[in-house]
Amino acid sequence: MAETKINRERCKGCQLCVAVCPQGLIVLDKSLNKRGAQPVYFKGGKCTACGLCFQVCPECCIEVFNNE
Amino acid sequence: MKKAFTRPKSLRDVETHYCPGCGHGVAQRLVCEVIDQLGIRGKTIAVCPVGCAVVAYDYWNFDCCEAAHGRALAVATGIKRVQPDKFVFTYQGDGDLAAIGTAETVHTANRGENLSTVFINNAIYGMTGGQMAPTTLLNQKTATTPLGRDAQREGYPLKVCELLSRLPGVAFLERVALDSAGGIIKAKRAIHQAFVNQLEKKGFSLVEILSPCPVCWGKSALQAQQWLKEEMVKTFPLGRYK
Ligand SMILES: Cc1ncc(C[n+]2csc(CCOP(=O)(O)OP(=O)(O)O)c2C)c(N)n1
Ligand code: SF4
Repeated sequence: MAETKINRERCKGCQLCVAVCPQGLIVLDKSLNKRGAQPVYFKGGKCTACGLCFQVCPECCIEVFNNE
Repeated sequence: MKKAFTRPKSLRDVETHYCPGCGHGVAQRLVCEVIDQLGIRGKTIAVCPVGCAVVAYDYWNFDCCEAAHGRALAVATGIKRVQPDKFVFTYQGDGDLAAIGTAETVHTANRGENLSTVFINNAIYGMTGGQMAPTTLLNQKTATTPLGRDAQREGYPLKVCELLSRLPGVAFLERVALDSAGGIIKAKRAIHQAFVNQLEKKGFSLVEILSPCPVCWGKSALQAQQWLKEEMVKTFPLGRYK
């Protein structure tokens, strides 16, 4: 079991993580955050904790957790 | 659950002022990860540039000093010579390091000062609104080259690694690119090497990081990453130069 947590208010909506997630588990939110950006969220699913989303995030607002 | 990937301790938990998709945020995180891994936070002094990274001291949780535009390596030389036991590095953009600061860069490298430099090459002046930098590619459109950079008029892109590679005082030069997750991991390895070299008193080390500036390039974050990978590396080939 692994999962990714994204700080919604810090996200600037660059979407680099959306493109890099091999499992397609990060998607664009419909509503804007307080800063007016369209943030992304982790929709759940088979996260392998590969950390690619963490690597590309310029805001460092993604954390990846792993149980194993 | 266990944290597998998380913010390094040296990186303050604050929001940055960088544009969406900017490479500065990634490069600054990599610097922090290396400092944490080497356990040198307490003896680190960073010299920050003028450019978009001017307030890096607000993001880094270690001692920082601000230098006038282009003078970071001169300031770093002074700090390191007075306090040789400290770990001193500069973080500079291409306008800072390769335009107004060219003399400081070349002479610090040529003196073989025991310093490390993280050089962010985004082929443009980001902070001032996207004017041509010495590193702007031929035919690249900027605010001051609206028809594209023309070698006859504006000269050729300045290749810092190639230029410095001939200087005997230089210990290490590598060019990396924030063009993918893999490229980012390689960039961290190069920063690590440049920092270790100083701890081992090997002399001047510089890592040139090709870095996206989506807003000034007029591209989305993803398009900028792609352009970096496909176009920018043709002018600035990646790899070890010394
Ligand atoms: C002495 C001096 N000259 C000019 C400027 C204006 N200026 C500020 S930042 C900058 C260039 C920044 O470009 P770069 O170093 O590539 O950094 P970036 O913003 O792209 O990260 C210039 C010319 C200044 N602040 N001080
Ligand atoms: S102008 Fe360019 S270098 Fe400056 S913060 Fe924006 S993307 Fe980054």
